[in-house]
Amino acid sequence: MLRILYQTLRTGTVTEKMLPEADKEIEIVGNALKEEVHKRFHHSLTIREIDAGSCNGCELEIHAMNNPYYDCERFGVHFTASPRFADVLFVTGPVSRNMEIALKRTVDAAPDPKIVVAVGDCAACGGAFGTSYASLGAVENVVPVDVKVPGCPPSPAALIRALLEAVGRS
Amino acid sequence: MVAPHFKQVLVEKVLVEQVLAEQFGDLLRTSDASRDGVLILSLPADEIHEAARILKKSGGRLSAEWATDDTPFGRELALWTAFAVPNVPDSGPDAGPDTKIDRFILIRSDVPLSNPAFPTLTGHFAAAYRFERIILSFFGIDSIGHPDRRPWIRHEDWPDGFFPLRKDAPIDAPFVRSNGSYEWIRGEGEGVYEIPVGPVHAGIIEPGHFRFQAVGETILNLEERLGYVHKGIEKRFESLPWTEGARLAGRISGDSTVAHALAWCRAVEDMAGLLVPPRGVWLRALFLERERIANHLGDIGAIANDAAFAFLLAQLSRLREDVLRLNKRLFGHRLLMDMIVPGGAAADLDAKGIEAIRTEMDRLSAEFERLVVIYDENPSLQDRVATTGVVTKKTAADLGLVGFAARASGISSDRRVRFPFPPYDELKVSEAIRHSGDVNDRVWVRIEEVRESIRLIREILARLPGGSALPSDGLSIRPQPGRTGLGIVEGWRGEIVTWVQAGPSGKVSRVMVRDPSQVNWLGLERAVLGNIVPDFPLCNKSFNQSYSGHDM
Repeated sequence: MLRILYQTLRTGTVTEKMLPEADKEIEIVGNALKEEVHKRFHHSLTIREIDAGSCNGCELEIHAMNNPYYDCERFGVHFTASPRFADVLFVTGPVSRNMEIALKRTVDAAPDPKIVVAVGDCAACGGAFGTSYASLGAVENVVPVDVKVPGCPPSPAALIRALLEAVGRS
Repeated sequence: MVAPHFKQVLVEKVLVEQVLAEQFGDLLRTSDASRDGVLILSLPADEIHEAARILKKSGGRLSAEWATDDTPFGRELALWTAFAVPNVPDSGPDAGPDTKIDRFILIRSDVPLSNPAFPTLTGHFAAAYRFERIILSFFGIDSIGHPDRRPWIRHEDWPDGFFPLRKDAPIDAPFVRSNGSYEWIRGEGEGVYEIPVGPVHAGIIEPGHFRFQAVGETILNLEERLGYVHKGIEKRFESLPWTEGARLAGRISGDSTVAHALAWCRAVEDMAGLLVPPRGVWLRALFLERERIANHLGDIGAIANDAAFAFLLAQLSRLREDVLRLNKRLFGHRLLMDMIVPGGAAADLDAKGIEAIRTEMDRLSAEFERLVVIYDENPSLQDRVATTGVVTKKTAADLGLVGFAARASGISSDRRVRFPFPPYDELKVSEAIRHSGDVNDRVWVRIEEVRESIRLIREILARLPGGSALPSDGLSIRPQPGRTGLGIVEGWRGEIVTWVQAGPSGKVSRVMVRDPSQVNWLGLERAVLGNIVPDFPLCNKSFNQSYSGHDM
């Protein structure tokens, strides 16, 4: 136990005050949108992540949004297990044929109004996999998309920026 | 009393190809494309079953099994099997060092279009269960005697008679769903109930379906059903020029982007006879070890988190983030995607970069060791991980497990040691082996591999050759028609096998990728038996397999 306390004290707070790579404008937008989350989403914006065929690269970076450096919960943003609680859906990957039905059902299961974010190049435009017998390409080919986040994969900072954009549009 | 034992060992030291040659005589032919460490044979499909028996007896493991459609060459279908065989048959615990080295034996068998079938290898190798279901699903080639003829990766609603990897199937073939059904394994008896999970899981995870039969909290059986993220990667390779394949290979499984791109490039270089400049070879190893460290750090933390010990997740994901950020700063990509290209490495390192990595390794090593002590000394965590999800050595050997999952069950499997690709032939990797086969040992193998990777990175930096990381005279990939190439790489998850074949005009004809998950998913099904349902996430995370790498 002492070791744990000692390690915690030694590490201190690593959470970054400012988003890395973020310029001043985004800082302002970020703070404004934090307000927005507090005001319009009752201090709590909930995301359901759906992998519709990704290579798992995007999942790694979405995970990283929760690490101590980014700590997206401080903006009132957290991930949920059930689409029933979701305000935002993060969809990754080109939509595979074998995930098409599951994706539609999960999106349908989320209550309206909902914001669908296509995360990563594959979700935004089909990426390296394109369309084929097995892949339907971009997410918008299967369900309506509100915001697209380019990147292969998009960095955690880019994801947080995109989230703020998505909330601003809603 | 010593003499008979000695004699017996000598008898067993007969090379397996001599045994095969005696058994099959003229039926067996050796391809002139064979090379150091890779023997390519051809044998009629009816005999492959007997060859598998002989290869198993000499300590061989079925590493991959796949089919090709050779109609562009004027031939019909073909079955390929790849066996990893110890250089000298393993003769017990006091065997010499060369039993640690494997060779690969590839066997090609013609399969007629009119009767696409061959005798199953499932009687000898458990890994063949899914390989052969994939061959049936994607080529329509039947394995006679296979106990399970359900499709695999191909879902039940795919159009009948559509075999995507046949040459007459276009990549964008129209897809009309059919009304198929899938027969699940059922549990019966008083109090037996079923838990279906997925494909959409509770966390930020890839999709797959798990079906448990349980009594009370105890798992009686787990049946996996995967294929949800099948993107047609192998078919897509066939439509790309050689120069663009590495980018796609780097997206087979995002967490293993370096390892897959490396396996693909090594296969292509093997096929086309390309040489990689020394600096490129060593930089590739640097990227591979950095990928190993980043994944091990994240996963050890996630395993602890699944046992409700969030402290380690926070600490280790912080260390992981540090590694990714330095990747971004020095090489331009957090996960090192597209850093490995045919002929060498696409990123280089200057003296300042070398110094930055050295400083990082010193810091990482000190921080990591403190956390290892906390992991090891925490009784509530140990209570969850020790004796949970056991895979015995026998089970691991029977299933042909690879990577850290095999090493945690006492099986030497590290391709950096057993089939050392450059520069590992000069690096002398120390292989981490544990024996209990539980969650704790899978963690410990990975802890020891982080330490070893830190040591390797320091050595790579000290010995990094000068010159360019790419061939100075440019690159052209012009293989002879029909030429094949094999790339074997030990990624952080385990052995990756990539095999490429050039078509009659020298373009891509077939690419086969065997991700470690394609065999290790079988291990998870065994590991959870008799465990309680709440320990499933812990068992699952301790393997942390790739769905995308499996489904392709």
